[in-house]
Amino acid sequence: MGIIETKKLIFEYIRRDEEGNVEGITRAIDEVDLDIKQGDFVAILGHNGSGKSTLAKHLNAILYPTEGTVWVDGKDTAKEEYLWEIRQNAGMVFQNPDNQIIGQVVEEDVGFGPENMGVPTKEIWERVEESLKAVGMYQYRKHSPNKLSGGQKQRVSIAGVIAMHPKCIILDEPTAMLDPNGRKEVVRAVRALNHAEGITVVLITHYMEEIIHADKAIVMDQGHIAMQGSPKEIFSKVEKLKELRLDVPQVTLLAYELKKRGVALPDGILTKEELIEALSGISHIPWGKAKE
Amino acid sequence: MLRDITLGQYYQTDSVIHRLDPRVKLVATFVFIISLFLVDNFIGYLIAAAFLACMVKISKVPFRFMVKGMKSIVFLLLVAVVFNLFLTPGEPLISVWKLTVTKEGLRLAAMMAVRLVFLIIGSSLMTLTTTPNNLTDGMEKLMSPLKRLHVPVHEVAMMMSIALRFIPILLEETDKIMKAQIARGADFESGNLIKKAKSLVPLLVPLFISAFRRANDLAMAMEARCYRGGEHRTKMKPLIYHRRDRYAYAVLLGYAVVSVYFGRIFTL
Repeated sequence: MGIIETKKLIFEYIRRDEEGNVEGITRAIDEVDLDIKQGDFVAILGHNGSGKSTLAKHLNAILYPTEGTVWVDGKDTAKEEYLWEIRQNAGMVFQNPDNQIIGQVVEEDVGFGPENMGVPTKEIWERVEESLKAVGMYQYRKHSPNKLSGGQKQRVSIAGVIAMHPKCIILDEPTAMLDPNGRKEVVRAVRALNHAEGITVVLITHYMEEIIHADKAIVMDQGHIAMQGSPKEIFSKVEKLKELRLDVPQVTLLAYELKKRGVALPDGILTKEELIEALSGISHIPWGKAKE
Repeated sequence: MLRDITLGQYYQTDSVIHRLDPRVKLVATFVFIISLFLVDNFIGYLIAAAFLACMVKISKVPFRFMVKGMKSIVFLLLVAVVFNLFLTPGEPLISVWKLTVTKEGLRLAAMMAVRLVFLIIGSSLMTLTTTPNNLTDGMEKLMSPLKRLHVPVHEVAMMMSIALRFIPILLEETDKIMKAQIARGADFESGNLIKKAKSLVPLLVPLFISAFRRANDLAMAMEARCYRGGEHRTKMKPLIYHRRDRYAYAVLLGYAVVSVYFGRIFTL
Protein backbone atom coordinates (compact mmCIF):
# COMPACT_ATOMS: atom_id res chain seq x y z
CA MET A 1 0.00 0.00 0.00
CA GLY A 2 1.32 3.44 -0.92
CA ILE A 3 1.59 6.44 1.29
CA ILE A 4 -1.69 7.82 -0.02
CA GLU A 5 -4.43 5.66 -1.34
CA THR A 6 -8.05 6.40 -2.13
CA LYS A 7 -10.71 3.97 -3.17
CA LYS A 8 -13.91 5.01 -4.93
CA LEU A 9 -13.68 8.41 -3.26
CA ILE A 10 -16.86 10.46 -3.63
CA PHE A 11 -17.48 13.88 -2.19
CA GLU A 12 -20.72 15.82 -2.52
CA TYR A 13 -21.47 19.43 -1.70
CA ILE A 14 -25.02 20.13 -0.67
CA ARG A 15 -26.18 23.41 -2.15
CA ARG A 16 -28.75 25.27 -0.09
CA ASP A 17 -30.90 28.29 -0.92
CA GLU A 18 -31.29 31.25 1.44
CA GLU A 19 -33.80 29.48 3.71
CA GLY A 20 -31.49 26.51 4.03
CA ASN A 21 -33.53 24.14 1.87
CA VAL A 22 -31.56 21.69 -0.17
CA GLU A 23 -31.35 23.00 -3.71
CA GLY A 24 -29.27 20.27 -5.16
CA ILE A 25 -26.21 18.15 -4.71
CA THR A 26 -22.97 18.76 -6.55
CA ARG A 27 -20.61 15.88 -6.85
CA ALA A 28 -17.17 17.47 -6.59
CA ILE A 29 -15.27 14.20 -6.61
CA ASP A 30 -16.58 11.19 -8.42
CA GLU A 31 -15.13 7.76 -7.77
CA VAL A 32 -11.47 8.65 -7.66
CA ASP A 33 -8.91 5.91 -7.11
CA LEU A 34 -5.42 7.06 -6.27
CA ASP A 35 -2.29 5.19 -5.29
CA ILE A 36 0.71 7.32 -4.49
CA LYS A 37 3.95 5.68 -3.48
CA GLN A 38 6.43 6.91 -0.90
CA GLY A 39 8.97 9.23 -2.53
CA ASP A 40 6.92 9.98 -5.62
CA PHE A 41 6.40 13.42 -7.12
CA VAL A 42 2.82 13.47 -8.32
CA ALA A 43 1.20 16.40 -10.07
CA ILE A 44 -2.56 16.84 -10.17
CA LEU A 45 -3.85 19.05 -12.95
CA GLY A 46 -7.20 20.40 -13.89
CA HIS A 47 -8.97 23.63 -14.74
CA ASN A 48 -11.10 25.54 -12.21
CA GLY A 49 -13.85 23.47 -10.67
CA SER A 50 -12.37 20.13 -11.68
CA GLY A 51 -12.28 19.00 -8.07
CA LYS A 52 -8.53 19.03 -7.62
CA SER A 53 -8.51 21.24 -4.52
CA THR A 54 -11.34 19.29 -2.95
CA LEU A 55 -9.34 16.14 -3.52
CA ALA A 56 -6.31 17.73 -1.85
CA LYS A 57 -8.33 18.59 1.24
CA HIS A 58 -9.26 14.94 1.64
CA LEU A 59 -5.62 13.91 1.86
CA ASN A 60 -5.16 15.95 5.03
CA ALA A 61 -8.48 15.09 6.72
CA ILE A 62 -9.83 18.63 6.31
CA LEU A 63 -12.73 17.17 4.35
CA TYR A 64 -14.11 13.68 4.83
CA PRO A 65 -15.38 11.48 2.01
CA THR A 66 -19.11 11.21 1.44
CA GLU A 67 -18.48 7.71 0.18
CA GLY A 68 -15.36 5.67 -0.29
CA THR A 69 -12.18 5.71 1.76
CA VAL A 70 -8.90 7.63 1.95
CA TRP A 71 -5.86 6.11 3.61
CA VAL A 72 -2.82 8.16 4.52
CA ASP A 73 0.12 6.01 5.56
CA GLY A 74 -2.29 3.13 5.95
CA LYS A 75 -4.68 5.04 8.22
CA ASP A 76 -8.29 5.76 7.39
CA THR A 77 -8.83 9.55 7.45
CA ALA A 78 -12.46 9.19 8.52
CA LYS A 79 -11.37 7.73 11.87
CA GLU A 80 -11.10 10.44 14.48
CA GLU A 81 -8.33 8.79 16.51
CA TYR A 82 -5.89 9.11 13.58
CA LEU A 83 -6.72 12.75 12.84
CA TRP A 84 -3.60 14.41 14.28
CA GLU A 85 -1.29 11.69 13.09
CA ILE A 86 -2.64 12.10 9.56
CA ARG A 87 -2.31 15.87 9.66
CA GLN A 88 1.26 15.52 10.82
CA ASN A 89 2.12 12.91 8.19
CA ALA A 90 0.49 14.75 5.31
CA GLY A 91 1.45 18.41 5.53
CA MET A 92 -0.49 20.91 3.48
CA VAL A 93 0.53 24.14 1.78
CA PHE A 94 -2.26 26.40 0.57
CA GLN A 95 -2.66 28.91 -2.23
CA ASN A 96 -2.64 32.27 -0.49
CA PRO A 97 0.68 32.86 1.25
CA ASP A 98 -0.72 35.60 3.49
CA ASN A 99 -3.51 33.48 4.88
CA GLN A 100 -1.41 30.62 6.16
CA ILE A 101 1.43 32.35 7.95
CA ILE A 102 0.59 32.61 11.63
CA GLY A 103 3.82 33.96 13.10
CA GLN A 104 4.98 37.55 12.97
CA VAL A 105 8.59 36.43 12.52
CA VAL A 106 9.62 33.77 10.00
CA GLU A 107 11.15 31.40 12.56
CA GLU A 108 8.13 31.64 14.88
CA ASP A 109 5.87 30.67 12.05
CA VAL A 110 7.97 27.65 11.15
CA GLY A 111 7.90 26.64 14.82
CA PHE A 112 4.10 26.76 14.98
CA GLY A 113 3.52 23.19 13.76
CA PRO A 114 6.07 21.53 16.06
CA GLU A 115 4.70 23.59 18.98
CA ASN A 116 1.24 22.21 18.31
CA MET A 117 2.60 18.69 18.21
CA GLY A 118 4.21 19.09 21.61
CA VAL A 119 7.82 18.78 20.43
CA PRO A 120 10.34 19.76 23.16
CA THR A 121 11.75 23.30 22.88
CA LYS A 122 15.30 22.31 21.96
CA GLU A 123 14.13 20.05 19.16
CA ILE A 124 11.79 22.74 17.81
CA TRP A 125 14.81 24.98 17.25
CA GLU A 126 16.68 22.20 15.45
CA ARG A 127 13.69 21.48 13.25
CA VAL A 128 13.16 25.16 12.44
CA GLU A 129 16.79 25.56 11.46
CA GLU A 130 16.90 22.47 9.29
CA SER A 131 13.59 23.25 7.54
CA LEU A 132 14.50 26.85 6.80
CA LYS A 133 17.82 25.68 5.39
CA ALA A 134 16.06 23.08 3.26
CA VAL A 135 14.04 25.77 1.47
CA GLY A 136 16.89 28.29 1.43
CA MET A 137 15.23 30.80 3.73
CA TYR A 138 17.54 30.50 6.74
CA GLN A 139 19.00 33.97 6.35
CA TYR A 140 15.49 35.44 6.60
CA ARG A 141 14.62 33.69 9.88
CA LYS A 142 14.34 36.93 11.86
CA HIS A 143 12.35 38.81 9.20
CA SER A 144 8.70 39.75 9.27
CA PRO A 145 6.73 37.68 6.73
CA ASN A 146 4.99 40.86 5.54
CA LYS A 147 8.24 42.10 4.04
CA LEU A 148 8.95 38.97 1.97
CA SER A 149 8.01 38.39 -1.65
CA GLY A 150 5.25 35.94 -2.57
CA GLY A 151 7.69 33.18 -3.50
CA GLN A 152 9.63 33.64 -0.28
CA LYS A 153 6.41 33.53 1.75
CA GLN A 154 5.45 30.26 0.12
CA ARG A 155 8.88 28.82 0.86
CA VAL A 156 8.36 29.78 4.51
CA SER A 157 5.00 28.00 4.43
CA ILE A 158 6.70 24.93 3.01
CA ALA A 159 9.34 25.11 5.75
CA GLY A 160 6.52 25.34 8.30
CA VAL A 161 5.17 22.08 6.98
CA ILE A 162 8.49 20.20 6.79
CA ALA A 163 9.27 21.19 10.37
CA MET A 164 6.49 18.78 11.32
CA HIS A 165 8.48 15.96 9.66
CA PRO A 166 5.71 14.81 7.36
CA LYS A 167 6.05 11.81 5.08
CA CYS A 168 4.27 13.66 2.36
CA ILE A 169 3.48 17.26 1.40
CA ILE A 170 0.36 18.31 -0.46
CA LEU A 171 0.64 21.67 -2.18
CA ASP A 172 -2.69 23.12 -3.22
CA GLU A 173 -1.91 25.54 -6.06
CA PRO A 174 1.02 27.07 -4.18
CA THR A 175 2.05 29.14 -7.17
CA ALA A 176 -1.32 30.47 -8.34
CA MET A 177 -0.81 33.90 -6.76
CA LEU A 178 2.87 34.29 -7.61
CA ASP A 179 4.80 35.95 -10.43
CA PRO A 180 6.88 33.75 -12.79
CA ASN A 181 10.04 34.14 -10.71
CA GLY A 182 8.22 33.24 -7.51
CA ARG A 183 6.75 30.21 -9.25
CA LYS A 184 10.17 28.96 -10.28
CA GLU A 185 11.52 29.50 -6.75
CA VAL A 186 8.75 27.45 -5.18
CA VAL A 187 8.89 24.63 -7.71
CA ARG A 188 12.66 24.42 -7.33
CA ALA A 189 12.31 24.20 -3.53
CA VAL A 190 9.67 21.49 -3.83
CA ARG A 191 11.77 19.44 -6.24
CA ALA A 192 14.79 19.73 -3.97
CA LEU A 193 12.76 18.37 -1.06
CA ASN A 194 11.55 15.50 -3.13
CA HIS A 195 15.05 14.65 -4.30
CA ALA A 196 17.15 15.30 -1.24
CA GLU A 197 14.78 14.37 1.57
CA GLY A 198 12.70 11.78 -0.24
CA ILE A 199 9.45 13.42 0.83
CA THR A 200 6.44 12.43 -1.23
CA VAL A 201 5.06 15.48 -3.04
CA VAL A 202 1.56 15.98 -4.35
CA LEU A 203 1.54 19.20 -6.36
CA ILE A 204 -1.79 20.59 -7.43
CA THR A 205 -1.52 23.19 -10.14
CA HIS A 206 -2.88 24.46 -13.38
CA TYR A 207 0.48 25.53 -14.75
CA MET A 208 1.54 22.81 -17.13
CA GLU A 209 5.24 23.65 -17.05
CA GLU A 210 5.34 22.78 -13.35
CA ILE A 211 4.54 19.14 -13.91
CA ILE A 212 7.37 18.43 -16.35
CA HIS A 213 9.56 17.04 -13.59
CA ALA A 214 6.87 14.99 -11.91
CA ASP A 215 7.05 11.19 -11.81
CA LYS A 216 3.37 10.96 -12.53
CA ALA A 217 0.67 13.36 -13.62
CA ILE A 218 -3.04 13.06 -13.03
CA VAL A 219 -5.51 15.19 -14.97
CA MET A 220 -8.84 15.81 -13.29
CA ASP A 221 -12.04 16.86 -15.02
CA GLN A 222 -15.48 17.24 -13.47
CA GLY A 223 -14.53 15.30 -10.38
CA HIS A 224 -13.00 12.26 -11.97
CA ILE A 225 -9.62 11.29 -13.30
CA ALA A 226 -9.52 12.07 -17.01
CA MET A 227 -5.94 11.08 -17.78
CA GLN A 228 -2.97 9.73 -15.87
CA GLY A 229 0.54 8.72 -16.68
CA SER A 230 4.03 10.16 -16.98
CA PRO A 231 4.22 13.82 -18.07
CA LYS A 232 5.50 12.64 -21.44
CA GLU A 233 2.47 10.45 -21.99
CA ILE A 234 0.13 13.23 -20.93
CA PHE A 235 1.74 15.82 -23.18
CA SER A 236 1.72 13.58 -26.20
CA LYS A 237 -2.06 13.88 -26.23
CA VAL A 238 -2.31 17.54 -27.15
CA GLU A 239 -5.81 17.26 -28.61
CA LYS A 240 -7.19 15.66 -25.45
CA LEU A 241 -5.56 18.33 -23.25
CA LYS A 242 -7.13 21.08 -25.34
CA GLU A 243 -10.45 19.37 -24.96
CA LEU A 244 -10.01 19.49 -21.18
CA ARG A 245 -9.28 23.23 -21.47
CA LEU A 246 -5.68 22.92 -20.32
CA ASP A 247 -2.80 24.93 -21.72
CA VAL A 248 -0.01 22.97 -23.27
CA PRO A 249 3.52 24.37 -22.73
CA GLN A 250 4.71 26.41 -25.72
CA VAL A 251 7.54 24.04 -26.62
CA THR A 252 5.21 21.04 -26.68
CA LEU A 253 2.69 22.97 -28.72
CA LEU A 254 5.36 24.02 -31.22
CA ALA A 255 6.57 20.46 -31.58
CA TYR A 256 3.00 19.31 -32.02
CA GLU A 257 2.31 21.87 -34.76
CA LEU A 258 5.58 21.02 -36.53
CA LYS A 259 4.70 17.37 -36.46
CA LYS A 260 1.32 18.08 -37.93
CA ARG A 261 3.10 19.86 -40.81
CA GLY A 262 5.15 16.76 -41.49
CA VAL A 263 8.33 17.17 -39.40
CA ALA A 264 9.30 13.80 -38.03
CA LEU A 265 9.39 14.53 -34.29
CA PRO A 266 8.73 12.18 -31.38
CA ASP A 267 5.67 12.63 -29.19
CA GLY A 268 5.59 14.51 -25.90
CA ILE A 269 8.50 16.94 -26.16
CA LEU A 270 8.62 18.84 -22.88
CA THR A 271 11.66 21.12 -22.86
CA LYS A 272 13.46 23.47 -25.21
CA GLU A 273 16.59 21.26 -25.05
CA GLU A 274 14.66 18.18 -26.10
CA LEU A 275 13.16 20.01 -29.05
CA ILE A 276 16.53 21.35 -30.21
CA GLU A 277 18.06 17.89 -29.96
CA ALA A 278 15.20 16.29 -31.85
CA LEU A 279 15.29 18.95 -34.56
CA SER A 280 19.05 18.78 -35.07
CA GLY A 281 18.78 15.04 -35.62
CA ILE A 282 16.48 15.54 -38.60
CA SER A 283 18.21 15.82 -41.98
CA HIS A 284 15.31 17.07 -43.99
CA ILE A 285 12.85 19.60 -42.71
CA PRO A 286 10.10 20.29 -45.23
CA TRP A 287 10.04 24.07 -44.63
CA GLY A 288 8.98 25.09 -48.08
CA LYS A 289 6.41 22.38 -48.51
CA ALA A 290 3.56 24.82 -49.15
CA LYS A 291 5.46 26.54 -51.99
CA GLU A 292 6.53 23.42 -53.87
CA MET B 1 -1.63 56.75 4.39
CA LEU B 2 -3.29 53.89 6.20
CA ARG B 3 -0.04 52.04 6.55
CA ASP B 4 1.36 54.66 8.87
CA ILE B 5 -0.27 53.23 11.98
CA THR B 6 2.54 51.54 13.85
CA LEU B 7 0.56 49.99 16.69
CA GLY B 8 1.13 46.27 16.47
CA GLN B 9 4.11 46.62 14.16
CA TYR B 10 7.33 45.08 15.30
CA TYR B 11 10.52 46.97 14.55
CA GLN B 12 13.36 44.56 13.93
CA THR B 13 16.60 45.48 15.68
CA ASP B 14 18.67 44.21 18.57
CA SER B 15 18.59 46.08 21.86
CA VAL B 16 18.35 45.34 25.57
CA ILE B 17 14.67 46.28 25.46
CA HIS B 18 14.02 43.89 22.59
CA ARG B 19 15.61 41.08 24.56
CA LEU B 20 13.66 41.71 27.77
CA ASP B 21 11.02 39.23 28.81
CA PRO B 22 7.65 40.37 27.46
CA ARG B 23 6.17 40.07 30.93
CA VAL B 24 8.58 42.75 32.12
CA LYS B 25 7.59 45.02 29.26
CA LEU B 26 3.89 44.46 29.85
CA VAL B 27 4.15 45.20 33.54
CA ALA B 28 6.37 48.19 32.80
CA THR B 29 3.90 49.63 30.28
CA PHE B 30 1.09 49.11 32.76
CA VAL B 31 3.02 50.77 35.58
CA PHE B 32 4.05 53.63 33.28
CA ILE B 33 0.45 54.29 32.22
CA ILE B 34 -0.75 54.24 35.83
CA SER B 35 2.03 56.60 36.80
CA LEU B 36 0.91 59.01 34.06
CA PHE B 37 -2.54 59.21 35.57
CA LEU B 38 -1.34 59.43 39.17
CA VAL B 39 1.11 62.21 38.54
CA ASP B 40 -0.35 65.70 38.54
CA ASN B 41 2.50 68.17 38.58
CA PHE B 42 5.20 69.38 36.26
CA ILE B 43 8.08 67.52 37.89
CA GLY B 44 6.17 64.25 37.63
CA TYR B 45 5.78 64.66 33.88
CA LEU B 46 9.38 65.68 33.53
CA ILE B 47 10.39 62.43 35.22
CA ALA B 48 8.03 60.44 33.00
CA ALA B 49 9.43 62.21 29.92
CA ALA B 50 13.01 61.50 30.99
CA PHE B 51 12.20 57.84 31.66
CA LEU B 52 10.44 57.48 28.33
CA ALA B 53 13.23 59.25 26.45
CA CYS B 54 15.81 56.92 28.01
CA MET B 55 13.78 53.85 27.05
CA VAL B 56 13.31 55.09 23.47
CA LYS B 57 17.05 55.73 23.25
CA ILE B 58 17.95 52.29 24.62
CA SER B 59 15.43 50.55 22.35
CA LYS B 60 17.24 51.83 19.21
CA VAL B 61 13.87 52.25 17.49
CA PRO B 62 13.88 55.47 15.42
CA PHE B 63 11.70 58.04 17.14
CA ARG B 64 9.82 58.80 13.92
CA PHE B 65 8.20 55.34 14.10
CA MET B 66 6.46 56.34 17.29
CA VAL B 67 5.45 59.71 15.89
CA LYS B 68 3.96 57.93 12.90
CA GLY B 69 1.69 55.96 15.23
CA MET B 70 0.60 59.21 16.79
CA LYS B 71 -0.93 60.61 13.61
CA SER B 72 -3.83 58.22 14.02
CA ILE B 73 -4.82 59.65 17.37
CA VAL B 74 -4.53 63.33 16.48
CA PHE B 75 -8.30 63.59 16.27
CA LEU B 76 -8.86 61.93 19.63
CA LEU B 77 -6.19 64.16 21.09
CA LEU B 78 -7.87 67.29 19.73
CA VAL B 79 -11.25 66.27 21.12
CA ALA B 80 -9.79 65.60 24.55
CA VAL B 81 -7.92 68.90 24.54
CA VAL B 82 -10.84 70.98 23.28
CA PHE B 83 -13.32 69.52 25.75
CA ASN B 84 -11.00 69.99 28.67
CA LEU B 85 -10.11 73.48 27.51
CA PHE B 86 -13.64 74.85 27.29
CA LEU B 87 -15.69 72.76 29.64
CA THR B 88 -13.68 72.95 32.83
CA PRO B 89 -15.21 75.38 35.31
CA GLY B 90 -12.86 77.79 37.06
CA GLU B 91 -11.10 81.10 36.78
CA PRO B 92 -11.78 82.55 33.28
CA LEU B 93 -8.82 83.57 31.14
CA ILE B 94 -10.18 84.42 27.68
CA SER B 95 -13.83 84.45 26.71
CA VAL B 96 -15.02 84.28 23.10
CA TRP B 97 -18.78 84.18 22.49
CA LYS B 98 -20.12 81.44 24.80
CA LEU B 99 -16.81 79.67 25.11
CA THR B 100 -14.57 80.40 28.03
CA VAL B 101 -11.06 79.20 28.49
CA THR B 102 -10.30 78.81 32.15
CA LYS B 103 -7.00 78.55 33.90
CA GLU B 104 -7.92 75.12 35.24
CA GLY B 105 -9.11 74.11 31.77
CA LEU B 106 -5.80 75.09 30.23
CA ARG B 107 -3.94 73.09 32.83
CA LEU B 108 -6.19 70.05 32.43
CA ALA B 109 -6.00 70.20 28.63
CA ALA B 110 -2.24 70.37 28.66
CA MET B 111 -2.08 67.47 31.09
CA MET B 112 -4.47 65.41 29.06
CA ALA B 113 -2.47 66.04 25.89
CA VAL B 114 0.80 65.08 27.54
CA ARG B 115 -0.76 61.98 29.09
CA LEU B 116 -2.19 60.78 25.81
CA VAL B 117 0.99 61.42 23.86
CA PHE B 118 3.12 59.63 26.46
CA LEU B 119 0.62 56.81 26.64
CA ILE B 120 0.79 56.23 22.91
CA ILE B 121 4.56 56.48 22.77
CA GLY B 122 4.89 54.17 25.74
CA SER B 123 2.62 51.50 24.36
CA SER B 124 4.05 51.82 20.82
CA LEU B 125 7.46 51.28 22.35
CA MET B 126 6.21 48.03 23.80
CA THR B 127 4.68 46.79 20.55
CA LEU B 128 7.64 47.98 18.49
CA THR B 129 10.14 46.08 20.62
CA THR B 130 8.12 42.91 21.22
CA THR B 131 6.93 40.51 18.55
CA PRO B 132 3.16 40.04 18.85
CA ASN B 133 3.68 36.34 19.51
CA ASN B 134 6.01 37.21 22.33
CA LEU B 135 3.56 39.76 23.60
CA THR B 136 0.67 37.37 23.69
CA ASP B 137 2.92 34.72 25.25
CA GLY B 138 3.63 37.22 27.98
CA MET B 139 -0.04 38.00 28.48
CA GLU B 140 -0.89 34.33 28.47
CA LYS B 141 1.66 33.63 31.15
CA LEU B 142 0.71 36.67 33.25
CA MET B 143 -2.95 35.78 33.11
CA SER B 144 -2.54 32.02 33.45
CA PRO B 145 -3.84 31.99 37.04
CA LEU B 146 -7.22 32.89 35.52
CA LYS B 147 -7.31 29.47 33.82
CA ARG B 148 -8.57 28.04 37.08
CA LEU B 149 -11.62 30.25 36.73
CA HIS B 150 -12.21 28.70 33.29
CA VAL B 151 -11.12 31.82 31.45
CA PRO B 152 -9.88 30.70 27.98
CA VAL B 153 -6.52 32.44 28.40
CA HIS B 154 -4.68 30.60 25.62
CA GLU B 155 -7.50 31.12 23.12
CA VAL B 156 -7.73 34.83 23.88
CA ALA B 157 -3.95 35.19 23.54
CA MET B 158 -4.00 33.35 20.21
CA MET B 159 -6.84 35.54 18.91
CA MET B 160 -4.95 38.66 19.86
CA SER B 161 -1.76 37.54 18.22
CA ILE B 162 -3.62 36.71 15.02
CA ALA B 163 -5.47 40.02 15.08
CA LEU B 164 -2.17 41.82 15.43
CA ARG B 165 -0.63 39.87 12.58
CA PHE B 166 -3.50 40.75 10.27
CA ILE B 167 -3.64 44.47 11.01
CA PRO B 168 -1.04 45.43 8.39
CA ILE B 169 -2.50 43.00 5.85
CA LEU B 170 -6.01 44.35 6.27
CA LEU B 171 -4.75 47.93 6.18
CA GLU B 172 -3.01 47.26 2.92
CA GLU B 173 -6.19 45.70 1.62
CA THR B 174 -8.25 48.72 2.71
CA ASP B 175 -5.81 50.91 0.85
CA LYS B 176 -6.18 48.77 -2.26
CA ILE B 177 -9.98 48.76 -2.15
CA MET B 178 -10.01 52.51 -1.55
CA LYS B 179 -7.77 53.13 -4.55
CA ALA B 180 -9.88 50.85 -6.71
CA GLN B 181 -12.99 52.77 -5.71
CA ILE B 182 -11.35 56.16 -6.11
CA ALA B 183 -10.32 55.10 -9.60
CA ARG B 184 -13.97 54.49 -10.34
CA GLY B 185 -15.05 57.89 -9.04
CA ALA B 186 -15.72 57.23 -5.35
CA ASP B 187 -15.21 60.24 -3.12
CA PHE B 188 -13.83 59.72 0.38
CA GLU B 189 -12.51 63.23 0.93
CA SER B 190 -15.23 65.85 0.53
CA GLY B 191 -18.45 66.48 2.44
CA ASN B 192 -19.15 66.70 6.14
CA LEU B 193 -18.48 64.03 8.70
CA ILE B 194 -21.73 62.14 8.13
CA LYS B 195 -21.20 62.08 4.40
CA LYS B 196 -17.65 60.86 4.86
CA ALA B 197 -18.82 58.13 7.20
CA LYS B 198 -21.45 57.08 4.69
CA SER B 199 -18.90 56.87 1.91
CA LEU B 200 -17.01 54.33 4.00
CA VAL B 201 -19.85 51.78 3.87
CA PRO B 202 -19.03 50.55 0.36
CA LEU B 203 -15.45 50.21 1.59
CA LEU B 204 -16.35 48.15 4.63
CA VAL B 205 -18.47 45.58 2.83
CA PRO B 206 -15.70 44.17 0.61
CA LEU B 207 -13.25 44.48 3.48
CA PHE B 208 -15.43 42.37 5.75
CA ILE B 209 -15.98 39.77 3.07
CA SER B 210 -12.28 39.47 2.49
CA ALA B 211 -11.55 39.37 6.24
CA PHE B 212 -13.95 36.46 6.67
CA ARG B 213 -12.41 34.66 3.74
CA ARG B 214 -8.98 35.12 5.23
CA ALA B 215 -10.21 33.93 8.63
CA ASN B 216 -11.58 30.81 7.00
CA ASP B 217 -8.32 30.12 5.16
CA LEU B 218 -6.25 30.75 8.25
CA ALA B 219 -8.37 28.47 10.41
CA MET B 220 -7.91 25.72 7.84
CA ALA B 221 -4.16 26.30 7.65
CA MET B 222 -3.89 26.20 11.45
CA GLU B 223 -5.85 22.97 11.68
CA ALA B 224 -3.75 21.46 8.92
CA ARG B 225 -0.73 22.21 11.08
CA CYS B 226 -2.22 20.30 13.99
CA TYR B 227 -3.45 23.27 16.01
CA ARG B 228 -5.86 22.07 18.69
CA GLY B 229 -5.88 24.73 21.39
CA GLY B 230 -3.52 25.21 24.30
CA GLU B 231 -3.42 21.62 25.57
CA HIS B 232 -0.30 19.54 24.84
CA ARG B 233 1.34 22.54 23.29
CA THR B 234 5.03 23.22 23.82
CA LYS B 235 6.75 26.54 23.29
CA MET B 236 9.50 27.35 20.85
CA LYS B 237 10.40 30.35 22.96
CA PRO B 238 9.38 29.58 26.54
CA LEU B 239 9.46 32.54 28.88
CA ILE B 240 12.27 32.37 31.41
CA TYR B 241 13.37 35.30 33.54
CA HIS B 242 17.03 36.21 33.11
CA ARG B 243 19.23 38.46 35.16
CA ARG B 244 18.48 41.45 32.91
CA ASP B 245 14.76 41.02 33.61
CA ARG B 246 15.35 41.25 37.33
CA TYR B 247 17.39 44.43 36.79
CA ALA B 248 14.60 45.81 34.64
CA TYR B 249 12.07 45.17 37.39
CA ALA B 250 14.36 47.00 39.82
CA VAL B 251 14.63 50.00 37.46
CA LEU B 252 10.87 49.99 37.03
CA LEU B 253 10.29 49.94 40.77
CA GLY B 254 12.74 52.83 41.10
CA TYR B 255 10.88 54.79 38.46
CA ALA B 256 7.48 54.10 40.08
CA VAL B 257 8.65 55.25 43.50
CA VAL B 258 10.39 58.37 42.21
CA SER B 259 7.53 59.26 39.88
CA VAL B 260 4.81 58.92 42.50
CA TYR B 261 6.87 60.60 45.17
CA PHE B 262 7.78 63.67 43.12
CA GLY B 263 4.68 63.73 41.00
CA ARG B 264 2.10 63.45 43.71
CA ILE B 265 3.26 63.45 47.30
CA PHE B 266 6.14 65.89 47.08
CA THR B 267 5.09 69.46 46.36
CA LEU B 268 7.29 72.46 45.89
